[in-house]
Amino acid sequence: MSQHADSSALAPAEARVYQEINYLNADRGVMSWLKTLDHKRIGIMYFASVLATFLLGGIFAMIVRFELTTPEPTLISANTYNRMFTLHGMVMVFLFMIPAIPGVFGNFVLPLMLGAKDVAFPRLNLLSLYVYWTGAALVLWGVINGGADTGWTFYVPYSTTTPMTLFPVLFGVFIIGFSSILTGLNFIVTVHTLRAPGITWMKMPLFVWAIYATSIIQVLATPVIGLTTLLVGIEKVGGFGLFDPGRGGDPVLMQHLFWFYSHPAVYIMVLPAMGVMSEIIAAYARKNIFGYKMIAYSSLGIAFVGFFAWGHHMFVSGQSAFDDGAFAVISMLVGVFTAIKVFNWVGTLYRGAIYVSGPFIYACGFLFFIVFGGMTGIAVATVSLDVHWHDTYFVVAHFHFIMVGAVIMAFLAAIHYWFPKMFGRMYHEGWSMVAATFIVLGFNATFIPQFLLGNAGMPRRYYMYPERFTALNVASTAGSTLLAFGFIIILIYLIWALKHGEIAGPNPWNSKGYEWRTSSPPIKENFEHTLDYPEEPHMYQEPGEEVEHVVI
Amino acid sequence: MSSSDASDLGAHRDGNHADPHLAHHFDSMETQNHASRLGMWLFLGTEVLLFAGLFLGYAVNRHFYPHTFKVASHSLNLVLGTVNTVVLISSSFTVAMAYYSVKKGRNKQAAGLLGFTILCALAFLCIKAFEYQHKFQEGALPGKWFHFHEMAGMPGANMFFSVYFLSTGLHAFHVIVGMAILIWVLRRLIRGDFTRTYYIPVELGGLYWHLVDLVWIFLFPLLYLI
Repeated sequence: MSQHADSSALAPAEARVYQEINYLNADRGVMSWLKTLDHKRIGIMYFASVLATFLLGGIFAMIVRFELTTPEPTLISANTYNRMFTLHGMVMVFLFMIPAIPGVFGNFVLPLMLGAKDVAFPRLNLLSLYVYWTGAALVLWGVINGGADTGWTFYVPYSTTTPMTLFPVLFGVFIIGFSSILTGLNFIVTVHTLRAPGITWMKMPLFVWAIYATSIIQVLATPVIGLTTLLVGIEKVGGFGLFDPGRGGDPVLMQHLFWFYSHPAVYIMVLPAMGVMSEIIAAYARKNIFGYKMIAYSSLGIAFVGFFAWGHHMFVSGQSAFDDGAFAVISMLVGVFTAIKVFNWVGTLYRGAIYVSGPFIYACGFLFFIVFGGMTGIAVATVSLDVHWHDTYFVVAHFHFIMVGAVIMAFLAAIHYWFPKMFGRMYHEGWSMVAATFIVLGFNATFIPQFLLGNAGMPRRYYMYPERFTALNVASTAGSTLLAFGFIIILIYLIWALKHGEIAGPNPWNSKGYEWRTSSPPIKENFEHTLDYPEEPHMYQEPGEEVEHVVI
Repeated sequence: MSSSDASDLGAHRDGNHADPHLAHHFDSMETQNHASRLGMWLFLGTEVLLFAGLFLGYAVNRHFYPHTFKVASHSLNLVLGTVNTVVLISSSFTVAMAYYSVKKGRNKQAAGLLGFTILCALAFLCIKAFEYQHKFQEGALPGKWFHFHEMAGMPGANMFFSVYFLSTGLHAFHVIVGMAILIWVLRRLIRGDFTRTYYIPVELGGLYWHLVDLVWIFLFPLLYLI
């Protein structure tokens, strides 16, 4: 402890000081935000944007859920229903989840974790935010005006034959892709060139490793979705026939191109979530992370095998049996790397000095959801089983366990973990635990019935269903209202905390993460002067030393 | 880069600290240039993946319709294609020489070479436009416009020209972007922004131009020769 205090430039954690002149108020006025090159401000602007898109996607999801409470038409027409689930998917995937953790927390904490003053290309960083806004605006304008009813996957021939004007939506997705590429490129170069002296590759915080692996996928996979949307757009407008069997083209080629991006995109969402969990589990177990290298390398492993698993979306699209088998086996390898992480997290928790708080409850929820979602992933990667479950609610439940269960839990955990650093104030911990409980329980209530529905044969994306599925659908909708209620509680106490929260001080959690070694909120230049990094980032005790409970 | 590298670079920084091109968050020009180059190479990687989808489309359709693709590729104008290849390879040479000249401090020579490169790009586009116009007249534009009598009744003829127009079209777009980048570099060169020690935009612009060239080097044999 004493050695740590010497090397750190901070006041002791007990001194809860609010940094009066910080990145939030160093420059004033709207223009100072719109023209900022500060990674922290860009992170905050991403934060506001993705919260708005999350709200929007959530509202669409609730409309879909309420429509499905009865087997007959309930609220909206069949066409509106098609548009609603398309909106929900597109907004949640392209506008919310892909930029969420990298855009907000990658931008905000990654340079802090590396002891850097900024990301490598600050102007490019701002540009990627503007590109995101442009693309998002185009997508929203397109879906509200022209309407898209193809599902977020815009498969041909739906997308080429629908009477709706899909082009603005496709073009918006194309543009958002550039934002994702530029962000990923920026982070890779930052990690390579801006680590402070003393932070070697093997001393990088695990969140940085996760973002690094994510960025590789963003850079290498996103161009392919760009091309795919371009080709579908050209098909729709010009009708070249590349995906039209009537002209000699091949619709399955479109599916290959689409999933070549969209499967790795799942790892663009979940790898940062795993990185958040590595930080949080060590911080709240107050114990050295178990198997640092294995967690770091398994992120790269997931990024690598993730590129060769896309065919498991196409088991019933007429692939050869050999392809089916190969893609199934490769897909299961993702499970191996994920399991390595899960075992290491559980190993970290084992005999730790656990501090129970909001982020920790999300971490527990995350561990359950990733195991459950992961195991059902292995199940749907098995060809013979997938033939039964393909395009049913089983698949919907499976990927929501990963995308909501794992990713949203991590996103919420990250908000609660880093909120004191971002705004210098604490939220009410009791309420955060109440909300977390609502969300974990509400999530289970929403999606476990969907597993049962899918297994019983209810197809996804259908407007009406047989009478016998009613009870489970009602249960699912009831769960989703619990979930929504939890989000509303969070929104209220966080907004309250922005102004009235207790002063957090530089390091309220007594975390050993490098990002806590500056004031809260951080100053514009991040650190007063260059720090030394004698310790590893998740080092809570010397070998053989007992774990120590802290009172926070 | 290991930590010892980083501290070595830190040791050099006093000499460079006054450099107006050094951004506040880098410790030295070396690190900053390294970052710029790495960023450019990553960007070129994304470009390769962008074209990869079209190359995949080519491979799949060639596998489906091998005979048609052979016949259709002979319908393209080999002379114009070859001239364009020569034009692009020459421009790649001159852009590399421009980079070399800036490094040696011969900015006037570099400006001439860059100007020549831009002219080559323009020539390439003109020749391509001429080729396109000819193909339009023959009715080779795919989809609902397709009425290419020479290849009537051959399955997959439409597919060859889909791939042809999409890949050469995307490439032509990159030629235009590359030209814009080189014009910007030339403008800064004439303004006197570049010196023997600061020439990174010339290098990066050149790298981009090489990629544009390289894509054509793959497109040319696939579309015109085999």
